Amino acid sequence: MTSVTQSTREVTPTPTPEHPVNKARERIGDRVFSGLATGSGVTILLILAMVAGFLLVQAFPALATSPAELEAKGYGQFWSWILPFAWGTVYASFWALLMAVPVAIGIALFISHYAPRRLASSLGYVIDLLAAVPSVVFGLWGSMVLAPAVQPLYLWLNTYLGWIPFFSGQPSGTGRTLLTASIVLAVMILPIITSLSREVFLQTPVLHQEAALALGATRWEMIKMAVLPFGRAGIVSSVMLGLGRALGETMAVAMVLSGAPVITLEILTSQNPNTIAAVIAQNFPEAYGLKTNQLIAGGLTLFVITLVVNSIARLIVSRYKEFSGAN
Amino acid sequence: MSKRIEVNDLNCFYGKFKAVEDVSMTIQPRSVTAFIGPSGCGKSTFLRTLNRMHEVIPGAYVEGEVLIDGNNLYGPGVDPVNVRRQVGMVFQRPNPFPTMSIKDNVLAGYRLNKERMKNSEAEALLEKSLRSANLWEEVKNRLDKPGSGLSGGQQQRLCIARAIAMQPEVLLMDEPCSALDPISTLAVEDLVQELKETYTIVIVTHNMQQAARVSDETAFFNIAGTGAPGKLIEMSSTEKIFSTPDIKATEDYITGRFG
Ligand SMILES: Nc1ncnc2c1ncn2[C@@H]1O[C@H](COP(=O)(O)OP(=O)(O)OP(=O)(O)O)[C@@H](O)[C@H]1O
Ligand SMILES: [Mg+2]
Repeated sequence: MTSVTQSTREVTPTPTPEHPVNKARERIGDRVFSGLATGSGVTILLILAMVAGFLLVQAFPALATSPAELEAKGYGQFWSWILPFAWGTVYASFWALLMAVPVAIGIALFISHYAPRRLASSLGYVIDLLAAVPSVVFGLWGSMVLAPAVQPLYLWLNTYLGWIPFFSGQPSGTGRTLLTASIVLAVMILPIITSLSREVFLQTPVLHQEAALALGATRWEMIKMAVLPFGRAGIVSSVMLGLGRALGETMAVAMVLSGAPVITLEILTSQNPNTIAAVIAQNFPEAYGLKTNQLIAGGLTLFVITLVVNSIARLIVSRYKEFSGAN
Repeated sequence: MSKRIEVNDLNCFYGKFKAVEDVSMTIQPRSVTAFIGPSGCGKSTFLRTLNRMHEVIPGAYVEGEVLIDGNNLYGPGVDPVNVRRQVGMVFQRPNPFPTMSIKDNVLAGYRLNKERMKNSEAEALLEKSLRSANLWEEVKNRLDKPGSGLSGGQQQRLCIARAIAMQPEVLLMDEPCSALDPISTLAVEDLVQELKETYTIVIVTHNMQQAARVSDETAFFNIAGTGAPGKLIEMSSTEKIFSTPDIKATEDYITGRFG
């Protein structure tokens, strides 16, 4: 209220019918900015709606055609077709996260709280560079360098830890397995998780860090008491962004994996479940008619998977809201 | 439990900048010592050298010695973590851990010390600390709610409870009432009077009446000008400082005739 009266006071000292005292004068800058902000928000929503609309309309024929007809045309039922790929997508991303998240948080903490300042900034720079490498390059590296290099390790895992379901089966001779694809994915999502968590860790209030130190916390205890709890929501968001990238990553996976429509826990064999994105990329060029619709329905499935994963993450974050430190 | 503190020729630095120069003083056990002086004269800086919190600021270091019952805090091989477990601190702005409940806040320091604590012990310590901080009645029904949901004054008393739950030998308070209303301030002052039965207390304050009310000894710090290091000008019994100080600058400051 006060700001309204103040702003009018300096502009219109005497109230006239055209300029009633209580009407705030709109400033050009305000108007332009609020227009821009609203416009951007609406644009994002529009694009999202258009993509979702496209997916729904184009996927509809594949979903609506009777199973018998699909069978007759040699496409197989949609659900039994998509399920192995959906599994492959989620499973490969799961392993990627399992490897990337602890490493990324470790690096982020090292940069924010352990490394001397000079080392910290150059390390941060290197990590950001990693994010700039195109995924094709990661794919090439994964299939030509990484796969042969880790293959002996896979043999070892299979021989000595083969009783664990993940490592059982006939190990691949080329090393181009789901685990290799997951390692490549892990490397690809490492930078985004690292740099976002580092930003969050750096913003931990000094006040709370000093509170922990003054109680006689060691540096690691201080991190556990003040830094990690403060950064929880930020860590979850960064992991979700990383996961989003892993779920949708196409080239790297397509180049490393020779996928098969199987659902398996084994990650060292040459019979690997493919991912949805890779399947779409590999099959789209030759697809026509109903096959195209089927692939787009696959895209819709991926969209839904990502949406569900994100919602779960938001749910987790909001459950801790009361203790988030935002109040 | 309380200890005597002896400071000899202490200098505090922030990188190249010397913030406090050549301080020597003795603080008696079971007493309240107040630090007064104009803003920027190094009261907080000096206070933080008494529990080795000064050095957590990048580039900050200390020269000289601080003896607590004869043991030099800055001696070789002394672990600052152990020092801080014996010398508790309450900060100017209340800083309970926002991600912890009231209960966890109080027990945070104790949990660092002791590996495992029986549930009944923990409950007893929780109640005792909150009672000594005059907070128990206000929070006993919401111990599992976040500490950040309390009012400013309650948060500060929560921080005091957290510090005394550690059963420290010395309690340092840096302007503990600066964010509080007069009623909470009086509550904290009463608390200081009670706590001095058990602890050695050092309190920084800008409030002359507060220094006069709560402290036994008063130390006056001053600076010659911007960029110059802060110095201890005079330290004596509070009565003497507020009635017949030896040094003119002290008298000027106390009577409000400075600058
Ligand atoms: N983190 C820091 N880095 C560099 N210089 C600092 C830092 N903290 C304080 N100083 C400087 O050290 C000097 C003493 O500061 P200090 O905070 O100890 O003063 P103070 O007596 O507590 O003042 P106030 O009454 O305003 O709290 C000041 O010149 C200040 O600018
Ligand atoms: Mg201060």
